[in-house]
Amino acid sequence: MSKLESREVALLAKASALQMTFASKASHIGSSLSMIDILSVLSTGVELATNGKLGNELIISKGHAAAGAYAVLAHSGYIPLDLLETYSMDGSSLGGHVTSTYVPVINLSTGSLGHGLPFSVGRALAKKRLGIEGQSFVILSDGECDEGSNWEAALLASHLELENLSVVIDRNFLQSLKSTEDTVRLEPLAEKWLAFNWDVVVVDGHSHVELHEAIFRKSNRPKLTIANTVKGHGVSFMENSVPWHYKSPNAEELASALNEIGYSS
Amino acid sequence: MRNAFIDELTLLAEEDDKIFLIIGDLGFGVIENFEKRFPNQFLNAGVAEQNMMGMAAGLASAGYKVFVYSIGNFPVFRCLEQIRNDICYEELNVSIVSIGAGLSYGTLGYSHHAIDDIGVMRALPGMTIYSPADPIETRRALRESVSIQSPKYFRLGKSGEPNIFNQTSTVFPNWTGLTNGNDLLVLTTGAITNEAIEAAALLQNLGIEISVVAIPVLKPLAFDKNLVGRFDNVIVLEEHSTSGGLGTILSEQFALNGVKANLVKLGLPDYVHHELGSQKHLRHHFKLDAVGIVDKVKQMLGN
Repeated sequence: MSKLESREVALLAKASALQMTFASKASHIGSSLSMIDILSVLSTGVELATNGKLGNELIISKGHAAAGAYAVLAHSGYIPLDLLETYSMDGSSLGGHVTSTYVPVINLSTGSLGHGLPFSVGRALAKKRLGIEGQSFVILSDGECDEGSNWEAALLASHLELENLSVVIDRNFLQSLKSTEDTVRLEPLAEKWLAFNWDVVVVDGHSHVELHEAIFRKSNRPKLTIANTVKGHGVSFMENSVPWHYKSPNAEELASALNEIGYSS
Repeated sequence: MRNAFIDELTLLAEEDDKIFLIIGDLGFGVIENFEKRFPNQFLNAGVAEQNMMGMAAGLASAGYKVFVYSIGNFPVFRCLEQIRNDICYEELNVSIVSIGAGLSYGTLGYSHHAIDDIGVMRALPGMTIYSPADPIETRRALRESVSIQSPKYFRLGKSGEPNIFNQTSTVFPNWTGLTNGNDLLVLTTGAITNEAIEAAALLQNLGIEISVVAIPVLKPLAFDKNLVGRFDNVIVLEEHSTSGGLGTILSEQFALNGVKANLVKLGLPDYVHHELGSQKHLRHHFKLDAVGIVDKVKQMLGN
């Protein structure tokens, strides 16, 4: 399979994620659509390390966006495409939260929030101590920033000057029940990370050009990209909707969603 | 025991540049030499146990043999989910080292008493639990553990524990007999083993001969059915809650193996206690010292 451009991967992955959540009746399609552009830019922009090897490695801390994650990784050649049909099915190797067990490019099984960043600090520190090149790429959700473990890690990462850490927050402003700002206010979010001495940029989380420039930028400090996204992006009735954190589309909704994102099979 | 541990770890680090020591801002007067000699294999993670344990998993996934050093409950309870999800789920080679098992930090209160850690740690899949009884066994446990690639928990005393074993007595994970007697069996683990040995000497003066046997590895447990089967009366002694610790582990084994002996659990009560004082005072208060053991033995034997 020839390598696809990030926009092509993203479109195919959005379609796959919709089909996967339709077929399995599993969630989290809203979070998946929010994250797919970010991960597509990442997975096509660099050769990701697999099987736990050190290098440019991927850690998806918002493990619940599994459908989207698996779809992107399949369309960018990291896992077999036909595996996607088994998502959240009995006996499948693709569960509802990303697992490292069956997916060599996933470095940490997540699902409980606030685990990806501390783990990645360990990976980044190991590379620094061992003199190994490569970035540790971490995708966090914004609601996940409620977890204190992230702030512990943020503090230490800047203390250790882990310039080989590139974190993206999928900033869709929506968490489990309400907006992040109505739940536990995160703003001013960029300023918080700046105060922790991180290199912070804010981008349009659906602009591949902006994402690419931000995620792969160089700095002598740990890098944070706040990617402003829309939960359920590209599907009008899923956008900014709390219920679509949980729901899966029925056949009719699937057809109209595929149509809205501009996918024709 | 903490000095024995860190000395042995220093020796191991001389041979292996993948040994990595993380401390949770603890170890004053203990860890400095290691830090000085192996700065590239050392990190103080600060007072942030969740991040410390997640980071330990990350380092282990990168090929390091990681030792996380802290005291009392801190490397267990504050970061339990990191141990469960990041270390156990990923089956990583991280050794969690808790100094100050049981009531070592007696006067510091319940916040510092590591008396419910075994119950929690044994529930974690694939976790090996070492509970050495003296400095010699601590060194041997550490050296033995290096070949094990999976998660490990070391439950260690603090300082000043006497040497009980000779250099060759422990064969992990087998149980180690310390005194020989046919009247009653005391099964124990960790630094409190010394109280049982003292009790055995006191009882000998009264004409009662007991066997004291120390169990260095609580999980996986090498249950010695033949030994236990020789006794009608067995005491399990531990510096841990009677809920979830060695007494619980052995009760299960007694039931599963059809052992008919009378079993008494000597440990800390299953309620939050507010007694403050030295380890010696607290052991006496809860009747876990040599005198308390002697009384319990006499009671069980009808003397």
